Order: sequence, then structure tokens, then C-alpha cells
Amino acid sequence: MMQEHLSIFLVILPLVAAPIVAIMPRGRYAWAFSFVVAMVCAVIAGQQLWSVTHHGVISYALGGWAPPWGIEYRIDSVNAFIAVIIAGIAAITLPYALLSVEKEIPEHKQPLFYSAFLLCFAGLLGITQTGDIFNVFVFLEISSLSTYALISMGQKRQALTSAYQYLIMGTLGATFFLIGVGLLYSQTGTLNMMDLAKLLPDVVGLKTVHTGFAFILIGIALKLALFPLHLWLPNAYTYAPTVITVFLAATATKVAVYVMLRILFTIFPDGFVAASPAGDLFIILGIAGVIIASVYAIYQTNVKRLLAYSSVAQIGYIALGIGFATSLGLTASIVHLFNHALMKGALFMAVGAIIYRIGTSHISELNGLGRKMPWTFAAIIIAGLSLIGVPGTAGFISKWYLVLAALEQQAWFAVAIILLGSLLAVIYIGKIVETLYFKPAKEKQTTIQEAPILLLAPTWLLVIANIYFGLNTELTVGIAEQAVQALVGTPK
Amino acid sequence: MPNLILRVVSKILIPPIIIFALYVQFHGDFGPGGGFQAGVIFSAAFILYALVFGLDAAENVISTSVLRFLASLGVLIYAGVGIATVFLGGNYLEYTVLASTQVAGQHLGILLVELGVGITVFSVMLLIFFTFAAKGRA
Repeated sequence: MMQEHLSIFLVILPLVAAPIVAIMPRGRYAWAFSFVVAMVCAVIAGQQLWSVTHHGVISYALGGWAPPWGIEYRIDSVNAFIAVIIAGIAAITLPYALLSVEKEIPEHKQPLFYSAFLLCFAGLLGITQTGDIFNVFVFLEISSLSTYALISMGQKRQALTSAYQYLIMGTLGATFFLIGVGLLYSQTGTLNMMDLAKLLPDVVGLKTVHTGFAFILIGIALKLALFPLHLWLPNAYTYAPTVITVFLAATATKVAVYVMLRILFTIFPDGFVAASPAGDLFIILGIAGVIIASVYAIYQTNVKRLLAYSSVAQIGYIALGIGFATSLGLTASIVHLFNHALMKGALFMAVGAIIYRIGTSHISELNGLGRKMPWTFAAIIIAGLSLIGVPGTAGFISKWYLVLAALEQQAWFAVAIILLGSLLAVIYIGKIVETLYFKPAKEKQTTIQEAPILLLAPTWLLVIANIYFGLNTELTVGIAEQAVQALVGTPK
Repeated sequence: MPNLILRVVSKILIPPIIIFALYVQFHGDFGPGGGFQAGVIFSAAFILYALVFGLDAAENVISTSVLRFLASLGVLIYAGVGIATVFLGGNYLEYTVLASTQVAGQHLGILLVELGVGITVFSVMLLIFFTFAAKGRA
């Protein structure tokens, strides 16, 4: 009984903490409070995952109204796993936030910054916890609106235009999603996901349902920055405050992928995706995304922007796994969700540490910094190797499963693309490493020191996780396989 | 004093506007209305005051720091009712457990929650107005 309440508190806790933090007088208090909340949420999320994998699905009726009429929170191994990623990343990001935010955000705005951060956190957790498709839209808006505000708090003036750009694209995406949900509702009369899954097979031939499916697909594709709908992402990641880039890169697109998986494989009946053009679309756009975004990344002169394009490429891999629509492909996608959160989180944190010291992430300013900041540099190398997919790192595991999934389909072209994508990653990571280590340092930078321990410790926590999950795959792959079972399994 | 008519008319109008807002707020469970509409009407009274008597006079009545506090308070009332129901043995926002009978519990719950909505909407509307209105001042 207590377990179910814990699941609702995972959403309520940050939601209640946000207004409390907003009226706090000083940034440090706000930070401390947010940190405690994120830690508690991480513990609850971990406990929830354990409970779901051992005792089965958790269902919670909000307000005591029984599903499918009331809003149901329904947690199986998929969303429990995603919730662990979000809460874990938040708990690791917040210690990092203290110094970084003090440097980048003016003191009087800090409580509001943490308040918006908690709202975004609550929204992302809400999307994962809920079993009601309209509730997904509500939480999507909560997280998006707070994200727009957070991005606009970046130091440069471009932060405002990138936040605005994201606002337009994000609102389009959310509206499309809502239209799609409305069309499905008009044919089934229900918003509960499990109920939808039960009722949809009867009406799945109707044009209205197909239109709704297309609207939802495009709407969520915008949110997850699937190539070529990724245009908002590079600017948003580049100009947002460092902490927000870390948090968003590791969580926001992941949650959108989760919503996509839920809709494609749980709500719509078996074989619907395979029969519709959606599967091919994901494979084509995934391949195009991997190649084009990786090439774009090579030509970037700002490291944050380079990594942002690399994120678009990584989403291409995830889309590829979704496109195969086999259990091996989905396992690869879900494993890559987790692993990509680890490596991009570590990379953006390490770059953030450089920004903390020199105030810019422009590649021409980074010459020789690797020797001044050896720990930060080592973190970039290891996380970079993981991004490339070198054996012994987490990145290798997800690429391995993706290649297996492609081989199972005898999609030789896709296999070649995955390998080519890794080679392109070698080039753009190599570019960063070359500048940081092999180019002679500029004279004015002789006084630069290693980043403070408060920035390094969270970064290295993620770096070590990259290695740990590269060697021990029991947890990630095991849970991902269970998650796929829960996704495609027939509803009770 | 310029605009004598405007000043007198708005002085006459503001109290009924506030009364009407409170009516919409607390009659929302039986008729059309509720916290959102009531909050907007309530803030309309203050905005009218600010338009006629000036921004400084309006900020003397209610300052932005108080508004920020109220905006948070409303959300906390809403969420607090939910948490209270959990501690009383129900699910989150299950109003039934708030009172002895189901009808009384649901009644009390929705009134409290809508009060929270009303307070937050009122203060956020005013905050938005003050923020934009103060732009020309600096």
C-alpha cells in the first residue's frame, strides 16, 4: 500500500518543492532544498524500480476514481527505468549546479531558477509515471514551459532567441500530440493508455485513427528532435545555462522517446507499426540523422554545439532501433537511452567545467587546456570513447545490441551506417581532444587551474558509470529486456 | 484633479467586481465558475485600480513580493489538500476522506483546491500586469 503512495510522491515532491523554493530569499537555500528533494526522488525511483521488477506493475488511482475513468498512474518496468534515469541524473546534476549556477545566474534569479528546474523535473517524472495519455500532455507542457524559461536564462542574448525558437517548435509538437490524442479519443472514448490498447484494435482500420497516429508521431518526433525536426536542439543546448544543458541532454529527449515507445508499441496493437510506414520512416530518418548530424558536428566551432549535434546523431541510433520494431531493436534503443544519458551527461559536465574556468566553449579558446585541467580532460576522453563505442564502455553495449538487431533483420546497410557513425564520432571527439591536448596553450591562459572538486566529482561519477555499465551489463540489458516485454506484452 | 469621472466610476465599480469575484469563487461548486475565473475577475479589480490611479498606488496596495508569496501559496494549498488526503488514509486528492460523509468531503475538498487555484491565478495575473506595466518606468 505504501509503495503506491511512493509512486505518486515521486511527482508531487518536486511539484510541491518548486513553489517553496520560489519564495526562498537566497540561492544557496534554494539549492540545498532542491538537492535534498532530488536525492529523495532518486531513492524513491530506485526503490520503485526494484518493486516493479520484483512484485509487478503498480497502479494508482488518483483521487480514488477507478481507472479508466479517473487518472491512473501505472508503473511497469519501462517507466520505472526511465524514472530512475531522470531522478538519478537530477541528483547528480544538482551538486554540480551549486558552483555553476552561482557563476552563470544572477543571485536574485537563483531561487526562481531552481524553482523552474524542479518544475521541469516534476514534469518529466510525471510523463513517465502516468498511465493517462492526456495527463502525458499536461506534464509535457509543465516540463516544456519550465524548459523555455530555463533556456532563456542563459548568459548570452542568443539564449532568448533559442528559447523562443524552442517555444515555437515545442508548442507545435505539443499541439500535434494533443490533436492526435483528441482524434483517438473521438473514436474510442477513453484516455487511459491500457484502455486505449484494449479498444483500439476494433477501430484500427479507420482513417481517423490513422490520422491521429500520424499527428502523435510528428508531435513527439518534434519533441525528441528526430532528424529533420531537430532544428531547435543545437541552439537550445548551446545557449542554455550549463546545468540545464546537462540535465536536458540526459533526460528531456529520453522522456520523449519513452512516450514514442509507449504509443507505438503499447497503445497501438501488435503489428500496427510494422504495417504502417512509420517503421521505415524511423529507419530512414535514423540513418539520415546519424550521418548528417555527425557530419554537422565535425564542422562546429563551439564544443557545446558540437555535442548537441552529436546528440541528434545519437537519437538517430535510437530511432533506428525503434524502426526495426523487433524486441532486440527495442532493447538496443532502451539501453542506448540509458547509456547516452550517462555519456552526454559526463561530456556536457566536463565541457561545463571548462566553461566555468575560461567562460567560453569556443574551440579556438581551448588550445592546450587539457594539460592545465588533466582530470577534466581525462573525463572528456573516457566519455568520448564511450560515445564512439569502444569496448569496455557503456557506448559499446548499446552499439553492439543495435548491430545485433540490424544483423537479425539482415539490414546490412544499417550495420554499415552504425559503424560509419562511430567513425564520424572518432573525428569529432578527436577534434576536441586534439585542441585540448596537442595544440600549444595560449599565453594568457597560463594561470588556468583544474576545475573545482564540486564540478569534477559529479562528472567522474558519470564517467565511472560509463565504464561500470560497459563491463557489467546485467542491470541495463536485463531491465531493458524486461521493459521490452512490458512494452509489447498484451495488456491484461 | 483630472479624470474625475473615471476616478469616481472606478471607485464605485471596484467593490462590486471584488464581490462578484468572490461569488464566482465560492459558488463555483453549484454554478458556472471556479478558481480560475474568480482569480481573473479579482485581479481585474486591481488592474482597473492601477490603470486609473497609477502603478505606484496599486503597488502600495499589494506589492510584488506579497504577490510572489501568494502565487506559491495557492499551489501549496492545492498540493497540500492532496497530501492531507494521503495522510487521512485516502489516495492523492481523494476528497472523500476529508469529512465524515462522501458528499461533505468532496464539497470541502473542491472548495479548498479551487481557493488555491483562485489565489494563484489572481496573483500571477497581477504579476504579469505589473511586470509589463513597469517596463516603461525604468
